[in-house]
Amino acid sequence: MTQLPDSNGRFGPFGGRYVPETLMNALLELEEAYLHYSKQQDFKDEVLDLLFRYSGRPTSLYYAKNLSEKLGGAKIYLKREDLNHTGAHKINNTIGQGVLAKRMGKTKVIAETGAGQHGVASATIAALLGLECKVFMGEEDMKRQQLNVFRMNLLGSEVVPVTSGTRTLKDACNETLRYWVSNVNDTYYILGSATGPHPYPMMVRDFQRIIGDESREQILKYEGKLPDYVVAAVGGGSNAIGMFYPFIEDEGVKLLGVEAAGRGVDTAEHAATMTKGRHGVFQGSMSYVLQDEHGQVQPAHSISAGLDYPGIGPEHSYLKDSGRADYVPITDQEALDALQELSRTEGIIPALESAHAIAQTIKLAPTLNKDQVVVVSLSGRGDKDVESIMGYLGGN
Amino acid sequence: MNLIDQRFAELKQQQKTALIPFISCGDPTLDDTIDIIKTLEEAGADMVELGVPYSDPLADGPVIQRASERALQHAVTLKDCIELGSRLRQQGVKLPLILFTYYNPIYQFGLHAFFELLKQHDISGLIVPDLPIEEDQELRQLAEHNNIHLIPLVAPTSNERVTRITKQAKGFVYCVSSLGVTGERSDFHAEIDQFLNLVRSASDVPIAIGFGISSREQVARFEQKCDGVIVGSAIVRTIESNVPLLRDPATKAEGLANIHRFVAELRG
Repeated sequence: MTQLPDSNGRFGPFGGRYVPETLMNALLELEEAYLHYSKQQDFKDEVLDLLFRYSGRPTSLYYAKNLSEKLGGAKIYLKREDLNHTGAHKINNTIGQGVLAKRMGKTKVIAETGAGQHGVASATIAALLGLECKVFMGEEDMKRQQLNVFRMNLLGSEVVPVTSGTRTLKDACNETLRYWVSNVNDTYYILGSATGPHPYPMMVRDFQRIIGDESREQILKYEGKLPDYVVAAVGGGSNAIGMFYPFIEDEGVKLLGVEAAGRGVDTAEHAATMTKGRHGVFQGSMSYVLQDEHGQVQPAHSISAGLDYPGIGPEHSYLKDSGRADYVPITDQEALDALQELSRTEGIIPALESAHAIAQTIKLAPTLNKDQVVVVSLSGRGDKDVESIMGYLGGN
Repeated sequence: MNLIDQRFAELKQQQKTALIPFISCGDPTLDDTIDIIKTLEEAGADMVELGVPYSDPLADGPVIQRASERALQHAVTLKDCIELGSRLRQQGVKLPLILFTYYNPIYQFGLHAFFELLKQHDISGLIVPDLPIEEDQELRQLAEHNNIHLIPLVAPTSNERVTRITKQAKGFVYCVSSLGVTGERSDFHAEIDQFLNLVRSASDVPIAIGFGISSREQVARFEQKCDGVIVGSAIVRTIESNVPLLRDPATKAEGLANIHRFVAELRG
């Protein structure tokens, strides 16, 4: 199961490369470069060095004692990806891809962003490595995440507003791909999630697996055993696949992906791709997709811009259909409640994305025994969301 | 014999190049699409690409994106677009019809049912812009079995893939003029002729060029080199600017006349 994808970029029936012929050469070139460099020790050393000395890894695996005791069930450990430079797990991947772009001799990078976290992480690595960077962002998301737009500008990147379609992450991805098709010769596309055409889902997973590798080692050290559950929020699914991947062969460890149910999975406004979607082709790969009966992709909704996406990485679809991982929905309200709960009990304000994983953990922990262990990916910090949370909570 | 092959054979005898317009079905309405295609035929088009509106048209620029959005506002489906085939034949349109659709609508419809419907409504060719040769095996086999031509795209970056692609080509090879999405361009790369020579030498079927061709001068430039010239965004834009006229029965004829004039000019 951990040997996938195959040489065609397939995870069982999922994945592949459903892109215009104009992009095929670039994808093949990227795959070849990645397979070549990722085996070289000096490439690995450069990436690890940046992860440790620039981003501050390893991130801690923190025992959330107050929350665990309050819930009265399993012991909850938080993998503190929020403590990374730029405030989320996204930097793990942009460091890897940034170094790869340099090795490939590219001078310009482009990226899509939803919440702005991947955009900021891309702008950061571009500044560090001296690459010219454009970030494509839906106009709607630019309004929701003004601070991140400003942050990217401060870092010397250009933010390109996307006005097509839903004006959110989905259309930002389309626009980035379109731009890449036109500028494929000197431009590297830093895709931010474990989605898109092969080799991106594999490559992003490999750059994010450090989350799970560290967590596994840390929990063995602290508890002397593997966790009973590993929980992570999924939009496109990069932090979740990074967290899950090193545990896939550990049969006793249950993997739980948490997706955004928005205003509820039985309303029209959610991003619950696994719960309500069907197999389909979207943005370069076969996976679960939120779509209507005619195959038109449906707009997603979530309080969290980072989960507001109607697709999901193909490896997650494979883990779901093979029964290795389960995926459950959490509503906007549940995420907001969890965000406040974690803030008050532990003094940690999580990103709205990560608050979905916390909300599921709050449901799960009391059903387990005190000697059971849950490891949760706290994928990002809530600073970027404070203003919008203030809006949602209003007079509270 | 497939209608596309037949038309290319006729054109070869007449030493003419095929003019292949692309239109977005259902823009502004399906009824208008029928009248527009009749107009295209009268103005000298040789085949037509029926674009199926899609929510995420990755290969398309802003003009065709907007047309797709207009059509999707009244929920035009893949089935509606295919059924245009019979409706056009009832109206006496003889042009070979080529369906242009992204893969997901086909996949959701079901591949077998899809080909049944194509045959039933006299569609001769199929272009799926997000299905490179690595992914098209199942669709290609069904297409061959049903005598519907799956027309592949080759790009200036296809390099050593050109031979693999053209070897399997049916109907014609769609040469993408330059990198990027659909949409008008003011000039073309100097290496374009080399690229066309390469495709020509590798291909047993006719070759046509598209992406960015919008004027009579550009059509003329490629008539010497290619068996067909595809014009998409420029026609869709002409339709777009005539939407207000097309929507009012009193001015519809004027709108169609404007489209006729533009296509006749391209034909030269």
